[in-house]
Amino acid sequence: MKQLNIALVGQPNVGKSMLINSISDSRLRVGNFSGVTVEKAEVSFDFHGVSIRIIDLPGTYSLNDYTQDERVTKEFLENEDYDMIINVVDATNLERNLFLTTQLLEFNKKMIVALNMMDEAKKEGMCINEEQLGNILGVPCVKVSAATKQGVGKLVNRIVDFSNFDFEGTKLIYSEVVEEEIRNIVEFLEEKNFDSKLDYRVLALKLLQEDKSTYKKMHDEPIWIELLPIIREALNHLYLHYNTKNIDEIFDEEKAAFAKGAALETLECSTCKSINTTEKVDSVLIHKIFGIPIFLFLMWGLFQLTFEVGSIPMDWIDAFFISLGEYAKTIFGDGALGSLIADGAIAGVGAVVLFLPNIVILFFGIALLETTGYMSRVAFLLDGFFHKFGLHGKSFIPLVTGFGCSVPAYMSARTLKNDKDRLITLFIIGFMSCGAKLPVYVLFAGAFFGPEKAGNVLFAIYIIGAILGLIAAKILKVFVFKGKDEPFVMEMPKYRMPSFKLIWHTVVTKALMYLKKAGTFILAASVLIWFASNYPKNEELIGSFETKIQLAVSDEEKTSLENELKKAKLEASYLGIVGKATEPLFAPLGFDWRMTVALETGLAAKEVVVSTLGVLYALGDEVDEGNGSLMEEIRKNIPFASAVSFIFFVMIYLPCFAASIVFAKESGSYKYLAYLFVFTTSVAWIISFIAYRITLMLL
Amino acid sequence: MVTLADLKAGESVKIINVKADKDLKQRLGSFGVRKNSIVKVVNHSIAKSTIEIEVATTKIALRAQEAKEIEVEAL
Repeated sequence: MKQLNIALVGQPNVGKSMLINSISDSRLRVGNFSGVTVEKAEVSFDFHGVSIRIIDLPGTYSLNDYTQDERVTKEFLENEDYDMIINVVDATNLERNLFLTTQLLEFNKKMIVALNMMDEAKKEGMCINEEQLGNILGVPCVKVSAATKQGVGKLVNRIVDFSNFDFEGTKLIYSEVVEEEIRNIVEFLEEKNFDSKLDYRVLALKLLQEDKSTYKKMHDEPIWIELLPIIREALNHLYLHYNTKNIDEIFDEEKAAFAKGAALETLECSTCKSINTTEKVDSVLIHKIFGIPIFLFLMWGLFQLTFEVGSIPMDWIDAFFISLGEYAKTIFGDGALGSLIADGAIAGVGAVVLFLPNIVILFFGIALLETTGYMSRVAFLLDGFFHKFGLHGKSFIPLVTGFGCSVPAYMSARTLKNDKDRLITLFIIGFMSCGAKLPVYVLFAGAFFGPEKAGNVLFAIYIIGAILGLIAAKILKVFVFKGKDEPFVMEMPKYRMPSFKLIWHTVVTKALMYLKKAGTFILAASVLIWFASNYPKNEELIGSFETKIQLAVSDEEKTSLENELKKAKLEASYLGIVGKATEPLFAPLGFDWRMTVALETGLAAKEVVVSTLGVLYALGDEVDEGNGSLMEEIRKNIPFASAVSFIFFVMIYLPCFAASIVFAKESGSYKYLAYLFVFTTSVAWIISFIAYRITLMLL
Repeated sequence: MVTLADLKAGESVKIINVKADKDLKQRLGSFGVRKNSIVKVVNHSIAKSTIEIEVATTKIALRAQEAKEIEVEAL
């Protein structure tokens, strides 16, 4: 079967993803472009005996090297093997979109322009003459609407048809000034009957645009000596005419003029009433006084949804994995293998899956904010504030996500272009207490402040974390990541009704990515932690306890002895040994060895902190943060000041193993992970120390 | 010299020079913010730290810092 590779290119917010969704119902395959953290989506399907593969390239306003997305798109178009470009154009923003089209024409590949959002354009009274536009650009133009699916079938037909024709080359006609110079060079090449693989016009253009590789090649040709003065004169003419010696700028201006001309000639407005819904909505949503409160309210709503509604399926998942673990023990027995599978693997994976409802709801909310266009308003509102701390308006997205889970938060930092801005954001995401830290806070707040005050204390913990994060960002900006700010130039797209199919797709993709990334590493980490907390086995100790348990008269005595055994086993394990050995490091913070061990197991995942405390206070590991007896034990055993200091430490130190791995991937280097470890641990230590001392003084 | 940062919301002007470095200039250019374009200031955020402008049918947000690099004249 004939194979057709198509690159889908367009500016951001032109409905590219929606178009790819309405072209084919086959599942999108989502991965990464090699070596970078930019998402690559592609879809394959058969149509009329042709196997079509469409690769959705990242949205880009132009083909410069401004953002990583732009670099990826540019490199793909320059180096990869593909048969055709489909340029998706927002019909309601014709001139700006055609600027990218002019850049794409230069690749001299088969291309189809898909005029998307025609339904919207019609509503705004716009009429586009697509045939004339096709004549001007030298490529076919097809009107489509991804939202209503109009014209989508025609587009696919056109793709197949067009692929059967011979390619005649694209034509981009420049202003007379440039065309004259092109003619001069072409004429000379014709006179000399120069042997060239490239079309003379293309060659002439490359020479005028000072294309390095072309110069290198031409340099070895005998006609170079004669050609050189012609080029020199041509360039001088252009410099004079444009009043600049920057050739890129000259050609940019030419393309802008071409795009403007093409839009002018083909766009007719019958009424051209610009629908001002966007401005009306904006007058409320980015209002100077109400804008931020409205935003905070929406965020509050999203969080309520994430945690309140999310807790329902979480209970089911929890119950499911507990029974699965028990079932596994009935198959593999109570021995080492059964324990490895049930307590290590199943419990570990369960801990990851447990957060799936949170992640799904949170990403649903974020996708909703993004696709409606509200997210850029948020960046607009908040940039002034975030910029003061060396952050970027867009840092807001990963930071807020950080309250849910650090893994997706690290992943969403990709929106930041400048490496420094992205790194600072990545470094402070951990300060935004993630969902997994909540059980620890609930336990300690409940134990020391009582149910009435616990809610306020929780709120204070989150706020203090965020404030510390902002301060840390400022410190990093001033001392570590010095240098120029990323310019803040961002489109404020029109408000649009979201496509639920598209949102659903985004959510599913993110959920799978989370499961895959976190799942594999959490699994490995849980097995490791399981091993460290179960070995070396002290047979003598187990033996002596077992005789005692057998001799026990009442069930109560039996349980308490079993719990004692668990505690003794953990104490003798590698983990216990490490905990005891490192106890002096944490003694200034008021932690005993048990709290130290809990913190260390917490490196695997924060929810483990609570279950470790449960084991160490000899209650067995079947405890959660709401467990009354654990709260009781903690209140009895841990001094108040130590508890405060413990909360601060948990607030600041490394989120979890899975997040750490994702951090290393997103920051681009394990070196940064080492920095993150040192940075967060030392900040956590210092802050906890201060908190401990102050609390001691106040008591 | 009057720059984009000096304008009030609702004012329309013509850009006469974009002083920014190459990266920013190209970025602005790809949005249609270049010499001779007509732009309208739509909105300011608190303390004028961020400015929303409109070029043709596109709305763009930029910082006051960047807006200072764009010289304009009255229509």
